[in-house]
Amino acid sequence: MIAFTDVEKSYTVGTKALRGISLQIEDGEFAFLVGPSGSGKSTIIKLITGELKPTAGSVHVNGYSLERIRKREIPYLRRTLGVVFQDFRLIDTKTVYDNVAFAMRVIGAREREIKERVPYVLDLVGLESKARRHPGELSGGEQQRLAIARALVNNPSTIIADEPTGNLDPARSYEIMLLLQEINNLGNTMLVVTHEHDLVEQFSKRVIAINEGLVISDGMDGYYDYENQ
Amino acid sequence: MGITTMKINNLGYLLVEGIKGIFLRGFMSFAAVCVTVACLLIVGSFSSLVYNVNIMVEELNKTNEIMVYVDSELSEAEARSVGTELNRIDNVLQATFVSRDVALAEFIADHADEAEAFSGVEPETLRHRFVVVLEDNSKMEQTDELIKQIPGVAKTSAAYELAEGFTTLQRVLHIASIAVIAVLLLVSLLIISNTVKLAMYDRRDEIAIMKMVGATNGFIRLPFVVEGFFLGMIGAAVAFGLEWLMYDALVEQLESVDSLNLLNFVPFSELLVPMVATFVAAGAFVGIVGSWTSIRKFMDV
Repeated sequence: MIAFTDVEKSYTVGTKALRGISLQIEDGEFAFLVGPSGSGKSTIIKLITGELKPTAGSVHVNGYSLERIRKREIPYLRRTLGVVFQDFRLIDTKTVYDNVAFAMRVIGAREREIKERVPYVLDLVGLESKARRHPGELSGGEQQRLAIARALVNNPSTIIADEPTGNLDPARSYEIMLLLQEINNLGNTMLVVTHEHDLVEQFSKRVIAINEGLVISDGMDGYYDYENQ
Repeated sequence: MGITTMKINNLGYLLVEGIKGIFLRGFMSFAAVCVTVACLLIVGSFSSLVYNVNIMVEELNKTNEIMVYVDSELSEAEARSVGTELNRIDNVLQATFVSRDVALAEFIADHADEAEAFSGVEPETLRHRFVVVLEDNSKMEQTDELIKQIPGVAKTSAAYELAEGFTTLQRVLHIASIAVIAVLLLVSLLIISNTVKLAMYDRRDEIAIMKMVGATNGFIRLPFVVEGFFLGMIGAAVAFGLEWLMYDALVEQLESVDSLNLLNFVPFSELLVPMVATFVAAGAFVGIVGSWTSIRKFMDV
């Protein structure tokens, strides 16, 4: 579960990125987080992953209180999260298999577990046949599916997708959204940050819209047209 | 996962990653090893020089004695008893009695070409004496004062300046060696640290991914520390081999031109154990500390 209560975040330069945000995303829920550039979306993601601490208010993520989390606990918080980025962030020198296995190795998984789990998640995202390829040999959509596989491999309870379709054409974007929905159906909490109106409209999911550091709408009513407010 | 609970397979992974890093950044690794070798060679050569000079100075110093002249009115037996008092002084290593007869014979032998001029000299014109060798020549003046207070001692002859000169030379060598070793270790440390920094900069995206999936700082650091450690150890091994070859060659050369046998070098085998220990410790130190310190700034992701 993700819970923000009256969260404020100011940067040292004086910018107030969040001005008292409260929201709650239940376990197993699917939610879109939308808003224009500079609205505070990235700050919310960074607060969830423990990269930032709130200036005021409280942030609870999967049992961790992030306003008083210790530095050494952050890796364990992150193991409950799978993060997918717009630019995929894959390691070009490693194969598809090793990109996914790497995420398990660096948290100390046993080789036997890796051999069982990696083919399973590659199958889930439709990349099992391309396990020996390198990221450079994959299309944009396939690279993002690989990034999703990596996010999934450590079995996190929550997936945070930060503009996951930003570098993809509409058809591939739709495929990725379907895949994320499928993963959500398996029980993972899903928070998708996006700019894409049309894509959000195609899925009847909760949409949290933020602007200038405030939640301006939150509901199942589809996309909130913040640009015309 | 804490390092203490790290499983064997993880250690294997960390070791492999660390060793792989050396080859992935071949040129930088080569540069780091070369600098370490150069620094350790200079440290080793300087230490060997200091060690040898120290031993030579010690030997020379032993020849710097206090001559203690006994009261001329004392008989030989009475004069000999002064030796007991001399040996009671802490800093006296050895007090050798030289009777006036022996002293005269030695004097005449030393001036063999003018032997006739001394033929009529009676032993009674000389005093019985002791040749006193000290444990610590830097305390020669204080010891000399103590000797003068012994009943039966008429006068003494001691070359304080020479003893102080030797002591100063040893001190200068010690300070210089510590300074040189410290500077060179620092240089090695900075170079290794820089190599690892470049390695980390090169892999900053990978490190960001590791952080994002929940790798602990220890797990991220260890391959780089392993890499630094191996670079340091390779540098130490190469430097040790070269040091051995250079030392033997240099000693051979110097001994071949030292026809008066003034120089007396210790064999490398005598330096082997301390040299190996120093090189291994220095290599490991610069490798581990150099990499550990350079990693910090990349950890705040």
